[in-house]
Amino acid sequence: MFNFGIWTSEFNNFLLGFLPEWLTVVVECVLIAVLVLLTYTVLALFYILYERKLCAWFQCRLGPMRVGKWGLLQVFADMFKILIKELISLKDTDRFLFKLAPYIIITSSVVMLACLPWGNGLQIIDYNIGIFFILAVSSVGVLGILLAGWSSNNKYTLIGAMRSGAQMISYEISLGLAMITIIVLAGTMNINQLVWEQDSAWFIFRGHIPAIIAFLIYIVAATAETNRGPFDLPEAEHELVAGYHTEYSGIHFGFFYLAEYLNLFIVSGIASLMFLGGWMPFHIPGWEGFNHVMDWIPSIVWFLGKSFFISYIIIWFKWTFPRVRIDQMLAFEWKYLMPLSLLNLVLMAVCVALGWHF
Amino acid sequence: MEVKIKSMKHEDFKDNEYIDKLVEELNATGANVMVGKLDQLINWGISNSLWPLTFGTSCCAIEFMSLGAARYDMARFGFEVARNSPRQADYIMVQGTIVHRMAPALIRLYEQLAEPKYVIACGGCAVSGGPFKNSYCVVKGVDEILPVDVYIPGCPPRPEAFFYGLMQLQRKIKVQKFFGGVNRQEKIKEFFEKHPEEEGRLG
Amino acid sequence: MSDIKEKISQICPSATFTEGETLMVTVDEKDWYPLAKALKETKGLEFDVCSAVVGMDWKDSFGVIYYLTSTSRNWEIIGIKIPIPDRKDPMIHSVSDLWKVCNFQEREVYDFYGIKFINHPDMRRFFLRNDWKGHPLRKDYDADPKLNPVPTEDEKNEDDTVTYVEDEKGKVKAVKGKVFGADEYVVNIGPQHPSTHGVMRFRVSIDGENIKKLDVVSGYIHRGIEKLSESLTYPQILHFTDRMDYMSAHQNRHCLCMCIEKAMGLVVPRRAEVIRVMMDELMRISSHLLAFGCTAMDLGATTAFFYGFREREMILDIFEKTCGARMSMNYNVIGGVIADIHPDFVKDVKELIRIMPDRLKEYHKVFSGNIIAMNRLKGVGILPKKEAINYCITGPSGRGSDWSCDCRKKHPYSIYPELKFDEVLLDGCDSYSRYMVRMKEIEQSCRILEQLVDQIPEGDIRAQVPKIVKLPVGCWYQQVEASRGTFGVYIESDGTKNPYRVHFQSPCFNLVGVMDLTTRGHMIADVITICAALDFVIPDIDR
Repeated sequence: MFNFGIWTSEFNNFLLGFLPEWLTVVVECVLIAVLVLLTYTVLALFYILYERKLCAWFQCRLGPMRVGKWGLLQVFADMFKILIKELISLKDTDRFLFKLAPYIIITSSVVMLACLPWGNGLQIIDYNIGIFFILAVSSVGVLGILLAGWSSNNKYTLIGAMRSGAQMISYEISLGLAMITIIVLAGTMNINQLVWEQDSAWFIFRGHIPAIIAFLIYIVAATAETNRGPFDLPEAEHELVAGYHTEYSGIHFGFFYLAEYLNLFIVSGIASLMFLGGWMPFHIPGWEGFNHVMDWIPSIVWFLGKSFFISYIIIWFKWTFPRVRIDQMLAFEWKYLMPLSLLNLVLMAVCVALGWHF
Repeated sequence: MEVKIKSMKHEDFKDNEYIDKLVEELNATGANVMVGKLDQLINWGISNSLWPLTFGTSCCAIEFMSLGAARYDMARFGFEVARNSPRQADYIMVQGTIVHRMAPALIRLYEQLAEPKYVIACGGCAVSGGPFKNSYCVVKGVDEILPVDVYIPGCPPRPEAFFYGLMQLQRKIKVQKFFGGVNRQEKIKEFFEKHPEEEGRLG
Repeated sequence: MSDIKEKISQICPSATFTEGETLMVTVDEKDWYPLAKALKETKGLEFDVCSAVVGMDWKDSFGVIYYLTSTSRNWEIIGIKIPIPDRKDPMIHSVSDLWKVCNFQEREVYDFYGIKFINHPDMRRFFLRNDWKGHPLRKDYDADPKLNPVPTEDEKNEDDTVTYVEDEKGKVKAVKGKVFGADEYVVNIGPQHPSTHGVMRFRVSIDGENIKKLDVVSGYIHRGIEKLSESLTYPQILHFTDRMDYMSAHQNRHCLCMCIEKAMGLVVPRRAEVIRVMMDELMRISSHLLAFGCTAMDLGATTAFFYGFREREMILDIFEKTCGARMSMNYNVIGGVIADIHPDFVKDVKELIRIMPDRLKEYHKVFSGNIIAMNRLKGVGILPKKEAINYCITGPSGRGSDWSCDCRKKHPYSIYPELKFDEVLLDGCDSYSRYMVRMKEIEQSCRILEQLVDQIPEGDIRAQVPKIVKLPVGCWYQQVEASRGTFGVYIESDGTKNPYRVHFQSPCFNLVGVMDLTTRGHMIADVITICAALDFVIPDIDR
């Protein structure tokens, strides 16, 4: 398995060769920041096209076709347009919070993006409490939504924001419990170690029944966390016009739009990290030849492939199911999903204690 | 300079004299090469990413739904991202009759659209009042209250006519000048000159 | 028929009777309210449905005509005419407490004629702005555009209502009121809202997400069709029907044509009748498919919408080949239809009948069987049968409340008596029943088409009609079953080539009347599903 760490450390040594240490750190930080922002934009644009094409195919349509080959340039046209759109300031709103909100959301998702294990040795933030950090940062996003809804001085945005607050705080519990279930199995919160733990087999296979249940819970909770259908109540188009971002225009709206898609990628990325081995290729214990062949596929391809696959499932949900109602959604979480995840956690703990896993 | 639309020949459009004249007028003073190229890029973006505001009052709205459905699929042009909030939409397509009670709401919606914004009058009623022209409370064409860019006649227009109208709008956008043209900054300045008391209340 | 006269004479001796296609009873204003109460409550009469309310201006006096139907007397229909001689300050007693459907109907009459209804709870204008000058359907209305210029400002005083109360001495006082209290959190839905199916506006007072009260503000697409019709000839007014409820264009036009034919005594050739009925049923399928698609879309299941539209395009193709247009077909004319069917017509209809059962199964799989959809629709928007009758909710929405109200069975017209089809009735009284009635009616419509598709007789498509159509002096009322319920047309003629008064009694007008009743206590999200399941078309309400 090729380790990207070789490249990065060589680059580090190269910089150290003619720069003092503090400057090296500064240069590297700037480079990484630029890289992350670039990846962020490209990925979000890719996801917008990905969803538009997928939903078109679900609906017996073609989707964007005329801008560039197969409509590949469509998102760039959208980007140019959104960039030059007017930013409308509203009378009688809290202007500071109104302008702050999109940045909070975008910051939270950029930080989460930096935590993901992109490939062997390709990771930006690697704490010993990595998963904990991700959970913490992901909760900041809801603050942005609440601020956006509140500061717009509009009844629709306010209802959207309140729904979003209730929804995200509720489903975060299940999301966290599903992740903790896996942490119990792995015995670590460090992202890098989590991936290496899955060298023999992915967690979804190693933890069998409780891991599969945790995976299903995670997918449902993640769909709710990203405000996607059937849980897209905060921006339920047919009820609340555009939900919490009704009053945003231009690039501020663009930030919400990008963050929405990026969050989809991030939850898919975390799912692939927690359940499907992150960048770890598909290994079957004992089949050395097979494992070797799998190792030939670069780790970054594995990671992106898994994430896109999980996103595909979440997109599939959205274009199939009707939207649930707020009381049904909360009842589902508190009455069924959370007790189930608690039970599942106990089950996993028992499995681990008794060594009933692979 | 010819305004190009993908897979539609210049001579297939019906009112070329008008658009040619417009191009000539706009280019009479000449344009800076850099600004010109940038304008082209921006216009390419705007014209290919026209997001409609969902605004339908009657029959034309149902044909607009057909336009979005599988057979006609306006997503091919990138028009399918219909926004319900006027802040995020690019043009308002007035589908159906506008009556006196609706007129203030329509004006407000237009004012809420973010620049650059366009108006398409769609169907006989929006163009001229249509069969209801003699009625006591029908606005005789939306051009009485809004500046209209493209008219699409029909009762209701066929989906093909919608596409033709949208392509005409694309052509119009492709000749516009962003720098110094639809730029809103100047309008805001004008507004404050007229209403000095409002200054400072808007951002 | 005769016993009605006796019974009414007993209750109100001064009543006079005019025999016609329906019995017309003329009573004085002072006798009206006791008579109405007796008509509704006396055993053996029990006129429990108020089918239509028509305001009138006979130049020397105003008047209101109520068409009442008795479900227990085999859907017998009578008209009650109440002249109001006072032109200066016309007043009549409201019957909105007896038939709740009259609540909005009487507001419409007030809007058009300025006739004040005593004891009506909420005497606001219905279609026109609060600051509108004059009452447009009065014959002496001043149509000068300078009086009512195109407004650019929102209207004020939306919350102010007025009730006219009569004291013991017979003096009428205006009592002012408010729609919403000052401390209520009122959310405005519409007129431009993605899922009000057009430009309907609701003002909703909410507590958290629960709805406390819903106020309907209509008239955002009021085009004044009834007034326009008075200045046009009979063939000219036909095209308005296609543009009211554009999803039941054929049925509406069929109704108006039948009403005119009835007045002229014209017999329509059988070929034309068969074609008309087939077109009606195709239109019904197309309308229900759209209703399916919109219900799914309003609930966020966007994909199902595209499936519904896929089949709808097939029907539009059939229309296009025969009528020359996808919508606003303008196909029925007085005496028959405008053009013969396209050679492909039979083949296309057979193809549609062939694929529909499979496609319906697919819809049920994609949407109606979905657990989320069921949870969203079941038990939401309860409309008991009693209320459905009182509010005169006909069509699939009424049949979803187990009220057998199909006009094709109750007042058979055209060739419907010869056809075999079931009236779909479900007793859930909720949104899901209303939705399922529609889906099942598609099957029944297919059944009707199947019976007719090979039986289209040869012959003329149009009867001989004089160049200038003139109706004799009199008034006629005709009902058909449109896609959304019973559609009625009232024509009063003074013998010239223009109608003296045309009134369209649209089913959607009544549907919107139950919005407050059905949404109370539910959540904001349910307003959308209730709207979708009632499936009203706004231009049909506002006309």
